[in-house]
Amino acid sequence: MAIQDSRQDSRIERNPEATARPAGPSTRDLARHRPQGPTGGEGLAKAIGWFSIGLGLAAVAAPRGMARTIGVPGGSDDRDVMLAVGLREIVSGLGVLSRDRPAGWMWARVGGDAMDLTLLAAAMASEHADRNRLAGALAAVAGITALDILCAQRLESEGIAAGAAEAAQSPRSRSRRAARREEDRPHRYAVQVRRVITINRPREEIYAFWRDLRNLPRFMSHLEAVETIDDRRSHWRATGPGGTSVAWDAEITEDRPNELLAWRSMPGADVDNAGWVRFEAAPGGRGTVVRVDLHYTPPAGRVGAMVAKLFGRSPDQEVQEDLRKLKQVMETGEVTKSDATFGRLRHPGQPPTRAEIEAHG
Amino acid sequence: MRANCWMGKNDVRVVDVPDPKILNPHDAIVRITSTAICGSDLHLYNGFIPTMEKGDILGHEFMGEVVEVGREVRKLKVGDRVVVPFPIACGKCLSCESHLFSVCENSNPNAWMAEKLWGYSPAGIFGYSHMLGGYAGGQAEYARVPYADVGPIKVPDGMSDEQALFLSDIFPTGYMGADNCNIKPGDTIAVWGCGPVGQFAIRSAFMLGAERVIAIDRFAYRLRMAEEAGAETLDYEEVDVHDALKEMTGGRGPDGCIDAVGMEAHGLGLAGAYDRAKQALSLETDRTFALRQAIMNCRNGGTVSVIGVYGGFIDKFPMGSVVNRSLTIKAGQAHVQHYMPILMERIQKGEIDPSFCVTHTMRLEDAPKGYDIFLNKQDECMKVVLKT
Repeated sequence: MAIQDSRQDSRIERNPEATARPAGPSTRDLARHRPQGPTGGEGLAKAIGWFSIGLGLAAVAAPRGMARTIGVPGGSDDRDVMLAVGLREIVSGLGVLSRDRPAGWMWARVGGDAMDLTLLAAAMASEHADRNRLAGALAAVAGITALDILCAQRLESEGIAAGAAEAAQSPRSRSRRAARREEDRPHRYAVQVRRVITINRPREEIYAFWRDLRNLPRFMSHLEAVETIDDRRSHWRATGPGGTSVAWDAEITEDRPNELLAWRSMPGADVDNAGWVRFEAAPGGRGTVVRVDLHYTPPAGRVGAMVAKLFGRSPDQEVQEDLRKLKQVMETGEVTKSDATFGRLRHPGQPPTRAEIEAHG
Repeated sequence: MRANCWMGKNDVRVVDVPDPKILNPHDAIVRITSTAICGSDLHLYNGFIPTMEKGDILGHEFMGEVVEVGREVRKLKVGDRVVVPFPIACGKCLSCESHLFSVCENSNPNAWMAEKLWGYSPAGIFGYSHMLGGYAGGQAEYARVPYADVGPIKVPDGMSDEQALFLSDIFPTGYMGADNCNIKPGDTIAVWGCGPVGQFAIRSAFMLGAERVIAIDRFAYRLRMAEEAGAETLDYEEVDVHDALKEMTGGRGPDGCIDAVGMEAHGLGLAGAYDRAKQALSLETDRTFALRQAIMNCRNGGTVSVIGVYGGFIDKFPMGSVVNRSLTIKAGQAHVQHYMPILMERIQKGEIDPSFCVTHTMRLEDAPKGYDIFLNKQDECMKVVLKT
């Protein structure tokens, strides 16, 4: 997918109009929904950057003295470690002060802090160490770690807001970085997924299949059923994390026959979500390119999304598999099944039993 | 039913498993009458193909009688005698419409696994690992055949199982190896590996108009079988292959070189030891001795046709030779559905009798023994056919 993604990026750079959102939240919406108010991430970052450089210089200039200050004996091994830590502090300080990706550098600092905490904890176990001084050092580093995390988070949210605002004000001149920020992080949803597939059928046919929303559960694995309420509104039921059942009403927000369909959940949804799908004729009469953009916030919000990612397939993978099933249904009339698609994760390549077919069919 | 299952490296067993059922409207169930062990099954047996699971039914060369069809099956009916292609193909995607059946876009439900290793996914294959679909194989009493109207073709009355069976894989595979050499009158084709696929490649090269075929192996009985087809032979343990080919081709090199060996090439000398060591340490997944030789020996502007199976990554690949000498490399799993009707016609016309390669016929129950003697080339083993 990396190839695909970079191609999308370069298209955005060459011609921002070409990929401007046809539907879904506009860039102005993005800027409006951004939490406003003073956050001060940049000022804090500046202070941390200079502090980091100062500390690093001290460690490089007097590694033994620094080692003794924090309570380790200052032998040649300690000196080497201290030198390395000092150099890292200088580099990360310079990085944080630089204008390029300060949030990234700040997260790198958090990683460095974790390393220091580990080193200090290991030193506690040494019999030559001064435990009192070490404890002091540990407390200090823990404090700095907290500060680094806070600052990184602020920088990140400011960066997104700035990117969205920049994109909203001057779509023609927005930088590549700002464009990517906007592409990657539509406003309020915890999970955003964009996937694409080419299907060897005319786009009228695929649009018509999708427009009848009751068909969606045929290829969207988490959906149990979609019932239409009227021409624009529908009721969706899905399987949530841990086998829970979730439901919401959705409305179609834009409908351009054979071209585009956009929808979003109505207020009060179990899963706040929105999405659009675009149908483009593939070059050379080779079927239809189907592009899907989905945003949602799982029941437990961002934390839920992270947990789901840790214990299951990534949302990107899920949507890709769903699109593959759409392709199978449109091209062959059935969802491809092998013996191994029955049962749990690792069903051997031998026929499923009746019970397995009933459980997973 | 009984089925031959992969239970781990160098361990296959015939065990009881559930009977296959129709799972999709285009499925058919085939009662298998004959099934074969393929050289590529030995790569699974030796544990060189990733994503195998304990209990996987092996086998992708099989034929038999249709005993049940799904509600959307139109061309086949219960009672038809059919031979089944090893790649599973939907017939509807762009690849299938282009007759590139072995890279069908819909038949691998585990496409994401193959994409991780190869970038994009090829077709699913019967009994050939989970990254190629996790389909139960055909070394069994019955098999479920998806897209039954696309793959299997009917076997005419009077044609024996042994004559039709190899349309499932090794005949089309060998034929595609020769076809990819774009043979012109007067061409000399060299074939590395005189196993069953190599034997079909040799015969196919002649069918497609090659003037001479040079067969390279180290087993006398295999070279003998190549000679019977009219090939000149080289034992690579006896002669320097490069010198010999140069001598035989007037100093030009063969016009087409077919690698019918694949990832477990038996290498000689330092290079052979190097490949073995790197493969054992997982530094390269595939041993490449035959492919390197095929490249280095091909004439300037000639074609290297790869039909031996490779799984992952190779080392010391002579790219300089390919580029600077204008070589063409063509490769692929055979697009069996494309070649089947063409080759069925050649069999019916009596141009070839594929049963020549069968050396051992056993009961399905004896499959483990079949693997053992095929792997170790005991008893001049060329091809093992299992009967249910």
